[in-house]
Amino acid sequence: MTAIVSIRIQEADFDTAREIAQLSKGRTDIGAVVSFSGICRGSEHGDVISALTLEHYPGMAEAEITRHANEAMARWPLNGLTIVHRVGRITPGENIVLVVTASSHRQAAFQAAEFLMDYLKTSAPFWKREEREGGDNWVEAQAHDDAAARRWTRS
Amino acid sequence: MKIKYFAWVRERIGKGEEILDPPPTVRTVGELVAWLSSRGETYAHAFETPKVIRAAIDQVHVRPETAIAGAREVAFFPPMTGG
Repeated sequence: MTAIVSIRIQEADFDTAREIAQLSKGRTDIGAVVSFSGICRGSEHGDVISALTLEHYPGMAEAEITRHANEAMARWPLNGLTIVHRVGRITPGENIVLVVTASSHRQAAFQAAEFLMDYLKTSAPFWKREEREGGDNWVEAQAHDDAAARRWTRS
Repeated sequence: MKIKYFAWVRERIGKGEEILDPPPTVRTVGELVAWLSSRGETYAHAFETPKVIRAAIDQVHVRPETAIAGAREVAFFPPMTGG
């Protein structure tokens, strides 16, 4: 069977269990499904975060995610892939992002999910703005996220 | 060409996009940043640390030395923080 790829950027929340079920529904070739959910935290270094607002570059965000999804499909034997990234205002406890990978065996599913998240963090054009008690501020990129993405670079 | 700004670059400049016609001496992304910086205080503030500014031409990541010839849309933004 061919791999099913679904990439969505949306304001609405998503149902993680439903997304996982959708990917493996009616198939007998999938032996492993890995999912990663990114969730909005209510505090950062002891400061209360009341909400995040996610901004994105429409068009390029979809293109960048698709580019990395295609690379993941080329690098690992995946049967399916779902990526959902929310934009707009998100409050603590709510979903931000979902990556689901399906394969015959667990290793490909684990590695592809981690690869996709590392690249979503560092090269997909999304920006987080935090609402804090002392005022709003843009989240700064983390050097350890860049280092995580570099692990996947093939020389 | 259409120039787009995102996140704090957009906030500092005070607009999300504009149509500009840089002079022919502006050949690269880095030169475009320098030219934009000279357009006023808001631009100078947005581009005060050029090395942190990321750029895309026609929705593909590019580096400061990339030529802008033929670009329809150039975007400037801070390092990405999605996921």
